[in-house]
Amino acid sequence: MIEIFDPEFFSSIARLTTPILLAALGGSICHRAGIFNIGLEGFILLGAFMAVLGSFFANNAFLGALSAIFGGLFLSIIFAEFHLRRKGDPIVISIAINILALGLSTYLLRSIFKVSGVFSHPEIKKLPQIQLPIFNNIPILDLLINNQSILFYLSIVIVFILHYFLKYHKFGLWIRVVGENPEVLRSSGVNPVKIKFLVLLLCGILCGLAGAQLSISNVGLFVENMSAGRGWIAVVAVLLCGGRPIPLFFLIVLFGLVDSLSLRIQGLGLPQQITELLPYIVCLVVLIIVSYKKLRTLSRTIY
Amino acid sequence: MQSKSFLKIFRPTIEIFYAFFSIFILIFLLLYLADANFSLAFKGFVNSSVGGRNNAYLFSTFSKMALISGMAIAALVAFRGGLFNIGGEGQLVVGGFACAFTGLLVSDFGFIGIIISIISGMLAGATWALISGFLTIYMGVPLLVGSLLLNYPARFITSYLVNHPFRDIQSGLPQTFLLPKNVWLPYFPNTRLDLGILIIFLVYVICLIIFYNTKHGYYSKNMGHSLSYVKLSGLPTKKIVFKTLALSGAIAGIVGSIAVLGIHHRFTDGMLVQPLYAWTGIIAALLVNLNLWFIPLAGFFFAAIYTGAAGMERIAQVPKEIATVIQAVIILFVVGKLGSLSNLSSNKGVKDD
Repeated sequence: MIEIFDPEFFSSIARLTTPILLAALGGSICHRAGIFNIGLEGFILLGAFMAVLGSFFANNAFLGALSAIFGGLFLSIIFAEFHLRRKGDPIVISIAINILALGLSTYLLRSIFKVSGVFSHPEIKKLPQIQLPIFNNIPILDLLINNQSILFYLSIVIVFILHYFLKYHKFGLWIRVVGENPEVLRSSGVNPVKIKFLVLLLCGILCGLAGAQLSISNVGLFVENMSAGRGWIAVVAVLLCGGRPIPLFFLIVLFGLVDSLSLRIQGLGLPQQITELLPYIVCLVVLIIVSYKKLRTLSRTIY
Repeated sequence: MQSKSFLKIFRPTIEIFYAFFSIFILIFLLLYLADANFSLAFKGFVNSSVGGRNNAYLFSTFSKMALISGMAIAALVAFRGGLFNIGGEGQLVVGGFACAFTGLLVSDFGFIGIIISIISGMLAGATWALISGFLTIYMGVPLLVGSLLLNYPARFITSYLVNHPFRDIQSGLPQTFLLPKNVWLPYFPNTRLDLGILIIFLVYVICLIIFYNTKHGYYSKNMGHSLSYVKLSGLPTKKIVFKTLALSGAIAGIVGSIAVLGIHHRFTDGMLVQPLYAWTGIIAALLVNLNLWFIPLAGFFFAAIYTGAAGMERIAQVPKEIATVIQAVIILFVVGKLGSLSNLSSNKGVKDD
């Protein structure tokens, strides 16, 4: 047991939590605005690719993160065009966006960098780790939250900002009203489509950053289909929390914990496929427990 | 007023042109990024989707078409009943593995062995779909996420099984042993096209019969339109859900079996996941707006894009993932024309507009 809980384990929790958290925050505002966006997987994947692209050509990790944001925004605009203007079904659009991002990132990987599978290069600059001297002398916290990438601190701040924003700010209220009943908002003189568009753009930015964390902060390379189901875990977390940021944060920390645990127990000789499965199993179990409780309390069956 | 009605008449035409124009611009851009020779790429695309020596490539398109149409039927069966079973991938993989495993066990029986292994693939796929049905009905898990999350256990467990207990170590790859020749699906005479496409055609006909000539098909269609209507009529909704899901999963299992017995003759890790058969099937079913009659057309269309792109890669060094991009963009352009799926899922019934 001692081998599992070494310093590396504690510092990996934050690294693995951040991408899912950022994407889930993006998903949660979509959820509150009544947009059923289950394409987070695709958003993360394209963000991750664009981050590597930007970081490689601009030789600067922050420009890489910026280009990841543009990748996310690109997909948001596609989502908005087909969902808001052409009134397409969000589930179908999400499926299409997932496939589009998978195809596009692999295609561009192979046509621009002329490699297939993995692209790693010393020119890819990684986002710097930030050291906070205050935590240097606190034993566990030092390992847990010190020396992480800037996106980790950003994501923690965003959780609280988003919580405040949705609860007390005027724009947050508009978002919630759009989700509940768009016509109410229209009658008070605000265009609900505009609000939904802004929400989608915000979601694109957050998911792009999630991708950047995955590719140019955690590792510094790009692998085909790098998001590997993280977007779906984020979707499940959003559904379970009803888009509320604070419970979302704790749930995703749990997933991150399991994720890093699964990395550690690989060292104990368990086959890799079984340990990689662990986060999905935990996700499914949490989903079942929460849904079952809801079913019992509402005592209403769908079928 | 005059100009408005003029626009109204020509709007559909303009929209079609807009879609085609955008798709062509996109293809142009992608080819430009890959530094491809345009005429060579085009020639490669056409030649290898429908041409080739002795029509060899046309037959490979047909064998892809069998898989894609099969997965499209599997998705359609569930969607038509308002059940968002997007876990076709898991059902496909489980079915394929079960078939490869049984095929090795019953390889002495020849033709009967083929039937037994296809049936075991079917049962495995149906079981996997029924698990998500069970979670939906008795645990309240939304089918959309429940069925999707079950993809990952299917993928990782089969990956484990072919990497460790059932691995053909001498081949050097994570795959099961090669099936003996007497359980391979026979080829059509003088071609490299296996009989899988006939099996899919049989499935297609059976589904047509179920849809239009049986009580279950009628109930399931009504459930897709309005769950509360079916419920208030006193019909056994749970049974209909289970039956529909089992049918959908079984078809996915059959597709996996055909891929194993007809094309690859063994189960290789990731062989059914990588080409996105399940997702392409879902897209194909949506492209024809859940109309079963047009499924073969949609299947052929997407299969031709696949094999054409593979030819482009061979001849003009354009990565074959261009097919995936084109498919996604096509479905994006038709999505506004489709009925709203969420209306089906949220039990409000289909709206009039």
